[in-house]
Amino acid sequence: MDLPLLIGIFPQVLLDGLILGFMYALIALGYTMVYGVLEFINFAHSEIFIVGAFVGVEILLGLKGAGWLESLPWPLVLLLLLVAAMAVSGLLAAAVERVAYRPLRSAPRLIPLISAIGVSFFLQDLIRLVESVWRNAFNLVYPTLDGLNHRFELTETLDVSVKSLVVIVAALAMLWVLHMLVNRTKIGTAVRAVAEDQAAASLVGIDVNRIISLTFLIGGAMGGAAGVLFGVQYGLINPYSGFIPGLKAFTAAVLGGIGNIPGAMVGGIVLGLLEAFAASYLGLLTGGAFGAEYKDIFAFSVLILILVFRPKGLLGEIVRERA
Amino acid sequence: MIRNLIRPASVLTVLLTLVALPSASNLEAQGKGTIKIATQSPLSGGQAALGEGIKLGAQLAIERFKGGLEKAGFRVELVPYDDQAKPDVGVANAKNIIADKDILVVIGHLNSGVAIPSSEVYKEVNLAMISPANTNPTVTDRGYGNVFRVCGRDDVQGVVGAEFAQGTIKARSAYVIHDKTTYGQGVAEFFKADAEKKGIKILGFEGTEEKSNFDPIITPVKAKNPDLIYFGGIYEQAGPFFKQAREKGVKAKFLGPDGLDSSDLAKIAGKAVVGMYYTSVAGPVSVYPQAKQFADEYKKKFGKNPEPFAAQAYDATAIGMKAVEAAVRGGKTPTRDAVTAAIRDVKHTGITGAVEFDGKGDPKKALYFVLQVASENPEKWGDNKEVKRLTIAAPAAKK
Repeated sequence: MDLPLLIGIFPQVLLDGLILGFMYALIALGYTMVYGVLEFINFAHSEIFIVGAFVGVEILLGLKGAGWLESLPWPLVLLLLLVAAMAVSGLLAAAVERVAYRPLRSAPRLIPLISAIGVSFFLQDLIRLVESVWRNAFNLVYPTLDGLNHRFELTETLDVSVKSLVVIVAALAMLWVLHMLVNRTKIGTAVRAVAEDQAAASLVGIDVNRIISLTFLIGGAMGGAAGVLFGVQYGLINPYSGFIPGLKAFTAAVLGGIGNIPGAMVGGIVLGLLEAFAASYLGLLTGGAFGAEYKDIFAFSVLILILVFRPKGLLGEIVRERA
Repeated sequence: MIRNLIRPASVLTVLLTLVALPSASNLEAQGKGTIKIATQSPLSGGQAALGEGIKLGAQLAIERFKGGLEKAGFRVELVPYDDQAKPDVGVANAKNIIADKDILVVIGHLNSGVAIPSSEVYKEVNLAMISPANTNPTVTDRGYGNVFRVCGRDDVQGVVGAEFAQGTIKARSAYVIHDKTTYGQGVAEFFKADAEKKGIKILGFEGTEEKSNFDPIITPVKAKNPDLIYFGGIYEQAGPFFKQAREKGVKAKFLGPDGLDSSDLAKIAGKAVVGMYYTSVAGPVSVYPQAKQFADEYKKKFGKNPEPFAAQAYDATAIGMKAVEAAVRGGKTPTRDAVTAAIRDVKHTGITGAVEFDGKGDPKKALYFVLQVASENPEKWGDNKEVKRLTIAAPAAKK
């Protein structure tokens, strides 16, 4: 075994894992917020996420077509992408709630779940339809922003690109804003009140429907932002790209303790790190017997172990039990 | 594209059969019936660029060669099926195909992993499948009488790649990545085995189904700093991999098999793949002097340059139609058995060279190319430089 090599790549793998983890964390917030309020898994969230990525790529391609992409500074372009994607994804999530979930709110738990799976398929094929009519394309490539691709070679095995830093900074900023919103504002108090008891919340004058819409709006906006960051980081998206990251982010939410906002962040980062370390080290440690293809098996085995010993997730116990 | 909108292929095929049935019976009253040629290739999804080339190549061939059969009183029709590059869809389509008695030849598939199970279905009724693109050895090594291909094989292609890596690139070490499909893993293993024999050190052999995030795979690659990366797979996965590898500062040369041969690779990976080498069983249309007219006609009719394998599909279809013509006896619609038997005797000089089948259904001699990507502009994919060309006979069946 090549020990210097194993140690040499450690910081790079750590960084890769963190980037992936923050991305999962941002998506996981959408699952966990909705669960916290409605005790319901919004399976359409993975499509809300990828819609954000498509909004981003369409704006980039539009700017490129108009010849403005080169002349605008990249932070401005990125900000524009994030704001637009957050707006579209957030409104879409709220609209989905209004159309597909609200009429079923008093139905048994499983019914809105089926509805969510249906919306997920519907949105996948809707994106595919729009893209194939509009661009006659299946895979869409994110145009490169040169400023974002600049790399700093720190050591022989560790280098950091601007876009990796951007993902981490943007994710941290959004998590902080969300934290403040939920814990330090009146709206946040209302959201927490609805999560605790809908009937009691409405008795004290909170418009429950509006708060639930707002929850979907915020969760969807986070997902849309994650979509843009995903596209910028990995470069290629198609209408089904959202499915796997969505599933992993849902897992991250459960791992952290579903319904719990800091839990989603911790769960996302843990899952991202597990995945990155498994993919990079499994082949090296086993001499090629197990390769990167086993990363999910490894990551999910660890996940099952954690849940066996902590069924409520890593931070699950902080959430108050609900009747 | 309207075709892309219909996702479950079964819906499409049911519709097609519904539409086809009444019209066929109407025609029988007037003429001698309809002869259908089916194509099976991915018409939707990430590999549609190549799959559609196969369909359009077949369409051109039918229009060009249907004269003889029409004179004999038959109608000739193309029935395109979308296998979505998925084995289960390919097999479901195959079942519909064998149920339609008018279909006498299948042109397809793009992916070996789809062709192998689907051809098991065709074999039930001895329906001929002529493949324009399937390179995995198993396709013909099963010795089925109804399976043919007009292209080369991966056990040769992998070796051609390894030879080029050692002889021309002078690589001393290589890292092999594959996509875990029958095709990708197969050709990667042939490359690896021969490269090791030639003294190239294989620093890693890694399979992945990942489509977007290659960071954790690239990190060990970069640390081991190979001279060469061999990617056994298809362009839609290779594109982001190569792009991310270059972005992370990997300096190795890139090499891969014919699955990388699509203008979409340049669209996805841009300048990262300029200078990349790939082996192919299907040279660009420009290397075949006889194919110029085909390329012009294709461009005029469909408004784009022919993708790789479009010319091979054209030739495969021409062979199929020649066999059907030969099997027409006494003006009656030939049986599937007669057509399949006739293909074995066809000697055809097509736009990609002369094709004649051996006992297994492989072409007696196949061309292998090594090409180099010339430009990051997808429009200029056809200008990729041919660096090497070899004519190699198919290896004999292993006992």
